[in-house]
Amino acid sequence: MAAVSLSAVSKKFGPNTVVDKVDLAIEAGEFVVILGPSGCGKSTLLRMIAGLEATSDGEIQIGDVVVNDLEPRARGCAMVFQNYALYPHMTVAENIGYALKVAGLPKADRIARIQSVAQMLGLGEFLDRKPMQLSGGQRQRVAMGRAMIREPKVFLYDEPLSNLDARLRVAMRAEIRRLHQRLGTTSLFVTHDQVEAMTLADRIVVMNQGRIEQIGTPDEIYRRPASAYVASFIGSPGLNLLRVNVSTNDGHIKFGDGQLLAYDRKIWKNLQDGPVTFGFRAEEARLASDGRGLSIRFSFSEELGSSRLIYGAVADEEAVLMIDHDEKFSADETAALSIPNSAMQFFSAETGRRIS
Amino acid sequence: MIERTPLLNVTTYIVLCIGALMVFIPLWLVFVGATLTVREINIPELHLIPGNHLFENLSAAWERGHLGERLTNSLIMSLGVATGKVAMSAITAFGLVYFRFPGRMLIFWLIFITLMLPLEVRIVPTYAVAANALWPFQSILDATGISGIIASLTGIQLALEWNLLNSYTGLILPLIATATGTFLYRQFFLTVPDELLEAARMDGAGPFRFLTEFLIPLSRANMAALFTIMFLYAWNQYLWPLLATPDRAGFGTTAVVELKMLAPNVSTTGGGTPDWNVAMAGCLIVMLPPLLLVAFMQRYFVRGLIATEK
Amino acid sequence: MEKRATFSNASIGVLFVAPQILLVFTFFYWPTGAALFWAFTLERPWGGGNEWVGLDNFRQVFADRAYWASITRSLVFAGATTFLAMGFGLLLAVACDRGLKFYQGFRTVFVWPYAVVAPAAALAFRFIFAPDAGIFSALVKSNPEFWNPAQNGYHAMVMVIVCYSWKYAAYCFIFFLAALQAIPRSVIEASAMDGAGVLRRVRDIQLPLITPTFFFLLVISITDSFQDSFSIVDVMTDGGPAKATEFMVYKIYFDGFRGLDYSGAAAQSIVLMFLMIVLTFFQFRFIERRIHYS
Repeated sequence: MAAVSLSAVSKKFGPNTVVDKVDLAIEAGEFVVILGPSGCGKSTLLRMIAGLEATSDGEIQIGDVVVNDLEPRARGCAMVFQNYALYPHMTVAENIGYALKVAGLPKADRIARIQSVAQMLGLGEFLDRKPMQLSGGQRQRVAMGRAMIREPKVFLYDEPLSNLDARLRVAMRAEIRRLHQRLGTTSLFVTHDQVEAMTLADRIVVMNQGRIEQIGTPDEIYRRPASAYVASFIGSPGLNLLRVNVSTNDGHIKFGDGQLLAYDRKIWKNLQDGPVTFGFRAEEARLASDGRGLSIRFSFSEELGSSRLIYGAVADEEAVLMIDHDEKFSADETAALSIPNSAMQFFSAETGRRIS
Repeated sequence: MIERTPLLNVTTYIVLCIGALMVFIPLWLVFVGATLTVREINIPELHLIPGNHLFENLSAAWERGHLGERLTNSLIMSLGVATGKVAMSAITAFGLVYFRFPGRMLIFWLIFITLMLPLEVRIVPTYAVAANALWPFQSILDATGISGIIASLTGIQLALEWNLLNSYTGLILPLIATATGTFLYRQFFLTVPDELLEAARMDGAGPFRFLTEFLIPLSRANMAALFTIMFLYAWNQYLWPLLATPDRAGFGTTAVVELKMLAPNVSTTGGGTPDWNVAMAGCLIVMLPPLLLVAFMQRYFVRGLIATEK
Repeated sequence: MEKRATFSNASIGVLFVAPQILLVFTFFYWPTGAALFWAFTLERPWGGGNEWVGLDNFRQVFADRAYWASITRSLVFAGATTFLAMGFGLLLAVACDRGLKFYQGFRTVFVWPYAVVAPAAALAFRFIFAPDAGIFSALVKSNPEFWNPAQNGYHAMVMVIVCYSWKYAAYCFIFFLAALQAIPRSVIEASAMDGAGVLRRVRDIQLPLITPTFFFLLVISITDSFQDSFSIVDVMTDGGPAKATEFMVYKIYFDGFRGLDYSGAAAQSIVLMFLMIVLTFFQFRFIERRIHYS
């Protein structure tokens, strides 16, 4: 178990900056998920920590050691790859035990440890099989066993669940979490799936275009997104974002079509006059029974089973609501929305950063 | 990957450099040889510095080896084999993959078996066939008694003859008669999704349209690869052209076969000094076309080589 | 693998296949059949047709010491060239696959020998190894016995082997490198994280994963050395001196076209065909099945 810290870490491929001055401190034993769309630099960041990519700039520490120039094997990290990267010519037991073999451990010790890891992952009966003869989920377990057996200081997961089908993904997710509780090893998990991030993480790091947008617990990220980008990326559906104009004197905000909505000046002290981005969660707005509130024009709906998503337009910008089944809705109808003051969020129109 | 292996890297570069030298040195010695005079080249020492008689030697080799004609022959043969093979492979594979007819699997295996036995091992009878390409058919007619019937009915003694020796057809056809490219195309056609044919058929395309407007444009990269490989294969041929072109004064032969005539031996020099310089100049000229082709088509070449052999 | 969707018009399909069938029949099956026929018959003098002689031709061929000698030579040649070409090909491919700076340049250069026409390579090496003008000329000056491939059979054999291996190593290199580069990058990275250094990875991961290519090349090298050696031998040594470099195909050519012994040449062809088929069959049957991953 070891802490990992990155200071001003950058990676350039030719003229492209893929990772741009990233600072990140991960405590020992923490489970941190790096979340972002493809191409945001999250995998490159992970590979730099593993030693599979050289850093262009900055410093990476694992424990008390600066590892920038250390080879992958000297860093004490173990990695689970997206396509598992199992050794196709070796049996499951040989796959799991390869690191120990390279380290020169006597055969008897190796077998004992392979057995115990296999037991933990439910791979006991597959030890003599080749990876080809295993299902996707089993291969995934072998890949994890191969990482676990070394008792590494840090686990690195590079989108390990993205090749599994939906059901298996949920099951493996729970298993990874359970293993982490049991072993307590510092873990970094890269994914583009926000549900994976929310369910697994102690803390989430949201990345965009090579930079960190926000670091926080899943709850913080969901409730208080630090930027409009994070807000739209997290949650399903993402935060509704609308362009508005603030008038602090009157205590209201003005929408594109001239509608006005009052806000609480005591909560929103830092708001200044001018254009801002206004946001609210689909599940926090209600249809106002008294007909007072923001007017929305519905277009169509999506059934989710437990609830319903209704798509519509507020001041000609798209917005989504999540409503219960007992609430009535019909297409092309106009209704009023009530949004609690506490659920209103504001972001700078220029920088996209949160205004609190 | 971060790897601190300075010693190993140096070793790797040493290996790579030795390899490159092993490739370069023979080529360099040929080049140097082609730039010296007869007297210089026969001084018994290692010649590493080029002289300045390259163009004399080149033109001497060109002259003596009739390389103008010979290269034309080589070019026509290679183009013929490459084009023929590409076309033949495409239509055969198309017929095998996209149609169901009785005996299809038998035909598949009959073609497949040809991969096992190269021309060299059946060279003598192939020569006999080339001397009269209609011999097989004459024999069949004789054996089945049909030629006897014709003779008794019309009084004509059937004697089919089509001599392919000393002709481009004779050089080209036997080299096309193997399955190399057919399998490349078959593999490729099998990877084309079924939906493409279904969609094309719904749009009203028949077999010819489907082949010419869908499959051939899709297989352009394969075609380039196969063409390159087959061109080189044909250009490299030695034993077949050697036998199939006995008339050296008339039809001539290919440049590659001619090379041997450039080599100095007792009968050509008449006991005189061996003129290696001219031989090396000829060597350079004949080497060049395939080297250029590979240099320009390296990507296709490597890909085609691996695809046709596996 | 079969197509689900096909054209229904079977006769057009036959038309597409017909040209190839005609060609294969005329230039492959008929000659192969003729070779078989000749191998079991003897041509009567003065055009009396062919007489069935059973295995006599084979008996004669196998009783001929010169034939056994040519088989031995062919096998020695096959063994030596396969070892050299595959060895160098593999070494250079592994070195290139490390992906150090400038490796693309080396890769291009290593492909060249394969593009050099075999008879041209033969002529070049004949010059290079010529005792009067080549690299040995200085040494030969003081000791004429030291090197003379025109007189010494061993020297001639070495010369032919070097020339063939030089060209064929490039071929092996191309296949080995392609196989190495087909190994997923992540597998290499995983083993690096498992603690394996460069050489250890070559031994434990890369070499085992390219065994299919290794065996493929092994069989192909041996069969190719039988057929492709012809032009090199013909240009360099004419099978000499004193038949020291007369390999199987060269002997077939020599007996058939110079000696006009069609029956003997045909019997030799059949033996060679049999050898090739056994080797190819061995490859398909055992090697392909036993060693295949992915």
